[in-house]
Amino acid sequence: MKHDNSYTGQDFKVIGTRVRRPDGIDKVTGRARYGADASLPGQLVGRILRSPHAHARIKAIDISKAEALPGVKAVVTADDLPLPEGLPGDVAQMLENSMARGRALYDGHAVAAVAAIDAKTARKALQLIEVDYEPLPHVTDVDAAMQPDAPVIHDWLYTSGVDPKPEKPSNIAQRTEFGLGDIEAGFAKADVVIERSYKTEATHQGYIEPHACLANIRPDGSGELWVTTQGPFVYRNVCAQMLGMDIAKLKVTSSEIGGGFGGKTHVWAEPVALALSRKANRPVKLVMTRDEVFRASGPTSSTSMDIKLGATRDGTLVAARAEMRYGDGAFPGIWGMLSCMTCFACYEIANCKAIGYDVVQNRPKVAAYRAPSAPMAAFGVESAMDELAAAIGMDPVEFRLKNASREGGQSHYGPVWGPIGIRATLEAVRDHPHMKAPLGPNQGRGMACGFWFNIGGQTCSDLNVGVDGTVTLTVGTVDVGGSRASLGLIAAEELGIPYEQVQVNIADTGSLGHNDMTEGSRGTFSSGMAAIFAARNTIEVLRERAAKMWDIPVEDVTWEAGQAVAKGSAHGNLKPLSLKDIAAKSPKTGGPIAGHNEVVADGAGVSFASHICDIEVDPETGATKVIRYTVVQDAGKAIHPDYVEGQFQGGAAQGIGWALNEEYIYGDDGRLQNAGFLDYRMPVCSDLPFIDTMILEIPNPGHPYGVRGVGETSIVPPLAAIGNALSNAVGVRMHHVPMSPPRILKALREDGQADRGPAKVA
Amino acid sequence: MLTVRANGSVKNALDGAESVEVTASTIRELLNRLADRYPAFARELDAGIAVAINGEIYRDDRDVPIPADAEVFLLPRIPGG
Repeated sequence: MKHDNSYTGQDFKVIGTRVRRPDGIDKVTGRARYGADASLPGQLVGRILRSPHAHARIKAIDISKAEALPGVKAVVTADDLPLPEGLPGDVAQMLENSMARGRALYDGHAVAAVAAIDAKTARKALQLIEVDYEPLPHVTDVDAAMQPDAPVIHDWLYTSGVDPKPEKPSNIAQRTEFGLGDIEAGFAKADVVIERSYKTEATHQGYIEPHACLANIRPDGSGELWVTTQGPFVYRNVCAQMLGMDIAKLKVTSSEIGGGFGGKTHVWAEPVALALSRKANRPVKLVMTRDEVFRASGPTSSTSMDIKLGATRDGTLVAARAEMRYGDGAFPGIWGMLSCMTCFACYEIANCKAIGYDVVQNRPKVAAYRAPSAPMAAFGVESAMDELAAAIGMDPVEFRLKNASREGGQSHYGPVWGPIGIRATLEAVRDHPHMKAPLGPNQGRGMACGFWFNIGGQTCSDLNVGVDGTVTLTVGTVDVGGSRASLGLIAAEELGIPYEQVQVNIADTGSLGHNDMTEGSRGTFSSGMAAIFAARNTIEVLRERAAKMWDIPVEDVTWEAGQAVAKGSAHGNLKPLSLKDIAAKSPKTGGPIAGHNEVVADGAGVSFASHICDIEVDPETGATKVIRYTVVQDAGKAIHPDYVEGQFQGGAAQGIGWALNEEYIYGDDGRLQNAGFLDYRMPVCSDLPFIDTMILEIPNPGHPYGVRGVGETSIVPPLAAIGNALSNAVGVRMHHVPMSPPRILKALREDGQADRGPAKVA
Repeated sequence: MLTVRANGSVKNALDGAESVEVTASTIRELLNRLADRYPAFARELDAGIAVAINGEIYRDDRDVPIPADAEVFLLPRIPGG
């Protein structure tokens, strides 16, 4: 059924209020049930054996001693997870990532797994599995992986997007290019050109809750999976395909989620848990350790890039070129392509070219992380923008404003822009008191901009009215950031009832139609749209029931402020009927009252943000502290401002960690050196200032309320904002993220930019 | 007749053409006609394609009407985190 999702500018009664989230009490009192909190009678403990090698041929695996250990109920290898016929290539790669097939492709790649009666027995069984490895040459650095003499990880991988097609396989999976105009002509017009190279290291989403699931495959082949995930329906589809099951026979229930940020859009150990359960004929709980999460789930790309920007003396950006090399981990991805699609979005540049390379390496398979690929590209472009502004003597905010993308202009990735907020966020930054606050010694201020697309997708919701008039809204998008409260507000707004009269539940896959994952900042955007239409569908039913109760034509009944109202002078003596009145009579007027909606929620509006950051550098240690931070972002319409602000703050906090400390560190042996939170340093509350926020509301024309996704864009600007602040604080320009104390100290000791040329001034 | 432009891997799938002319009134018609004409595009469809009509990006809805004078741009399908 087609729905009109156009923005209507309707007036709101409860949208925009700061009501209490329904999951709050459970989460602060420890009642909330996460991935590891489910149990079934007779359940076993699952554990996975992982490769200690960065790259190795698996010559043989002997599981006989492990199988013979008392208490061991199943041991699985790739032989127990055969590739079903017709399995799509990307799903086959996910399966190979879950369990190595003939070769271990990175340190931590699963090679076998056991299910035993307890953890001690499972661990002992892992020690009894004998794997005969033949170590192979490895490569973990993205630039090294692109060299002609690099060890080729997949003999089937030929670079796509190049002409002529290569004759030999390589680690370069694809080359992509986006852009406009003629960059050579553009640079010829430039008075000032800045050309710089940057590197960023891989980071992890760092969700507090590790991957965890409880798998239960029954003897009849049906099964269930309790799991921490951003998308139970997608997990169901993927796992069923991998195990050769009928989709309808696998019920997946999402637990509460202790953070995902993209890392729980992809299956990791879940197919292994299901295979163990199938083989053992018992439920199997499998919880990854933190070490496993780092080594064998999906971090970001490590990147290297060359950025070149040119401007005329009046501050007009006339040309831009970016060549960005993104590591995909052990299997090809699209992360380099995404960098191309995001890097220049903030600006109107007549001549620009973005070239992206996706490169495989002996590292874990890269997964999405909040606005995937955009923060690294923004680090390069926004750092160069500041240098360019300085070179032509312009204020960095005014320089960005002069070149900001605008409605009706053409984006660098192709389409024209609709109503967008980049200019408004920059004006808000320019006028913000933060920009005028005094700074102390060794302190500096920086700012940067960011962009993310946002997405919609397949969505489905049920709305049921109880006989007491309370309302249950059932949605299929996992609540990762407070969406249950937002969706409850939407149902209350449409029905004209108090928020407290609505309960929002997250469905399992047996209870609702397919829903895409909570990713791409789509949860409130798309389930909100489905909730609006489901509520309006319910109102039609309520009008019909009221008409029956009054015995008047339904055309004479309207729904106003939560009540059925009989219209017309003939019905002047009829007192309005509330939702509760109608619900109470529902058993005799047609039975249960419900509304339903299935929608492809397209029309997600793009999102822009501008951030301001103050930092202080300790020149003796190179340690950097963020002392003030402000996020300005366009939300379209903030349904629940608390959770919009929370998303702004969360993204900024993660970006600060990425900028200053977080990185995957590999040894020469290709093994990850810091697979734990002691050595992989994420910011904690005491590391951060209060992160101030400013919500702008530029309605998205593709949503009835004007909603834009808000979950991701806030992680895009911090890397560059901090780099720019650092440059302003101590006069060194950092080109390598994280800007950790040793790197800053080295840069300070090298006395600034000794190894880099000055800006070319024509 | 629509003038359809493409970028990135989608452009490669259209044999590198900057733009192609297609007669279509909905996204479904547009994609079907391009898949008939370009085998590589049919493969790209499986990987995922989004269609921007006057700047609004559609990833999944194939029933969207395309006005005769619309700006139509084909893009790779975008995931999220």
